[in-house]
Amino acid sequence: MPMIKIRGLNKWFGKLHVLKDIDMDVSPKEVVVVIGASGSGKSTLLRCVNFLEFAQSGQIYIDGLEANVKSKNLHQVRADVGMVFQHFNLFPHRTVMGNVAEGLTQVKKVPYKEALEQGADLLKKVGLSDKADVYPAMLSGGQKQRVAIARALAMKPKIMLFDEPTSALDPELVGEVLQVMKNLALEGMTMMVVSHEMGFAREVGDRVVYMDEGRIVEEGHPDQIYQNPSHERTKAFLGQIL
Amino acid sequence: MIDLPWDFTAIPRFFPGFYAAALLTLQITFFGILVGLILGLVTGLMRLSKNPLINTPAKAYIWAIRGTPLLLQLMIIYYGLIDLVNIERMPAAIIGLGVHNGAYIAEIFRGAIQSVDRGQREAALSLGMTHVQAMRRIILPQAFKRSVPPLGNQFIIALKDSSLASAIAVRELLLRARQMGSSTLMMLEMLMIVGIYYLIMTSVLNLLMGRIEKRLQVSDYQD
Ligand SMILES: Nc1ncnc2c1ncn2[C@@H]1O[C@H](COP(=O)(O)OP(=O)(O)OP(=O)(O)O)[C@@H](O)[C@H]1O
Ligand SMILES: [Mg+2]
Repeated sequence: MPMIKIRGLNKWFGKLHVLKDIDMDVSPKEVVVVIGASGSGKSTLLRCVNFLEFAQSGQIYIDGLEANVKSKNLHQVRADVGMVFQHFNLFPHRTVMGNVAEGLTQVKKVPYKEALEQGADLLKKVGLSDKADVYPAMLSGGQKQRVAIARALAMKPKIMLFDEPTSALDPELVGEVLQVMKNLALEGMTMMVVSHEMGFAREVGDRVVYMDEGRIVEEGHPDQIYQNPSHERTKAFLGQIL
Repeated sequence: MIDLPWDFTAIPRFFPGFYAAALLTLQITFFGILVGLILGLVTGLMRLSKNPLINTPAKAYIWAIRGTPLLLQLMIIYYGLIDLVNIERMPAAIIGLGVHNGAYIAEIFRGAIQSVDRGQREAALSLGMTHVQAMRRIILPQAFKRSVPPLGNQFIIALKDSSLASAIAVRELLLRARQMGSSTLMMLEMLMIVGIYYLIMTSVLNLLMGRIEKRLQVSDYQD
């Protein structure tokens, strides 16, 4: 059974048709990398999977259960689907530990002391144990993004979504974030990643999905897509970004 | 030298005679602001709701209050409630000032809440928080911080506006000045005394708000 199952998804912003008949399955432990030009609908697709946006038609199943705008338990569904944003969106009024512990204490109702212990483990995992008591404003972009990943992981999500997690970073900080993501992939996390980092895609990606004007134009193994794309559009796009 | 028709030596002499009135001014202002803050938070949140059943009353309230003079509002509340529940002047003044400030404070809170990056709400929701949790834990704390400077401004306006309570015969500073002025025949001197009182109070309030602002700024994080 797929971890994410999307069927016939259509999304409009006003008159703008942003997602067109999207069908997609993501298996457990699979790492899917989504690529495509600006405005092709990559973020919107991710945000639909996390129900930050709602499609006008189609179905989305998370771990076998359908959820949509009418679902009463959307916040529980969202807790199972972690999201990492391009601009980190850390809570500026909470320390690093406060950011990581927030979901634990508020959503999972974990006692504060236990949340601190789990938080410490997570910060160790992303290599930021020494920053627990610091506020996000004091961190570099790479550190912020690693905190954001730890914050999402705290919920023990079944799926992690990454929307261009490294594109707001200085080039020298990209590696440390990708490393954390690679580790996560190797541990067997189901991941949907919008990113044009080819190295990452080829190293840990199971599949690359190319989107154009709201449609999935082509998908396949990273080596095939990057070396031997079958569609002209994919070729043209890869020619631009590589 | 020109002989002035005023006796400014009366100012220090009569100054202490205004303590009680100043206390009333402070009370009206303090409780008026308190009522205004509660009303402002509630209507500010209602105003942001997408449900027209919730946001329409808030919009109507803000529209009516901002479109009519405070003096009229005070009188409507006083003469309206006096028929209904035989209200005292002081509570009427507090309610009037509170209801008036509530509309302005609602707009301050609304603006501050809207100024918080929408990514904050999305991050909170994506953790599995409910909308209420996201508002209470993530958005409001940041919004409150941003509303401190405009709130300070509004508090000073409220302090000065409390003088309008004189129109419903609350013996706050201004009314006291007019009564003393008539009885001593030194109207200008008495009005000057009240001016000094207001200046002292607004200056102290200004200083206080500046302190709070600075505290919030240096405390641990920046936006
Ligand atoms: N909230 C919104 N309201 C209206 N239009 C939107 C909204 N969000 C996105 N769009 C539009 O939908 C289209 C797809 O946007 P989306 O952000 O999904 O693209 P993207 O592939 O992620 O692009 P990028 O690479 O620039 O992030 C764009 O034309 C965008 O302007
Ligand atoms: Mg995007």
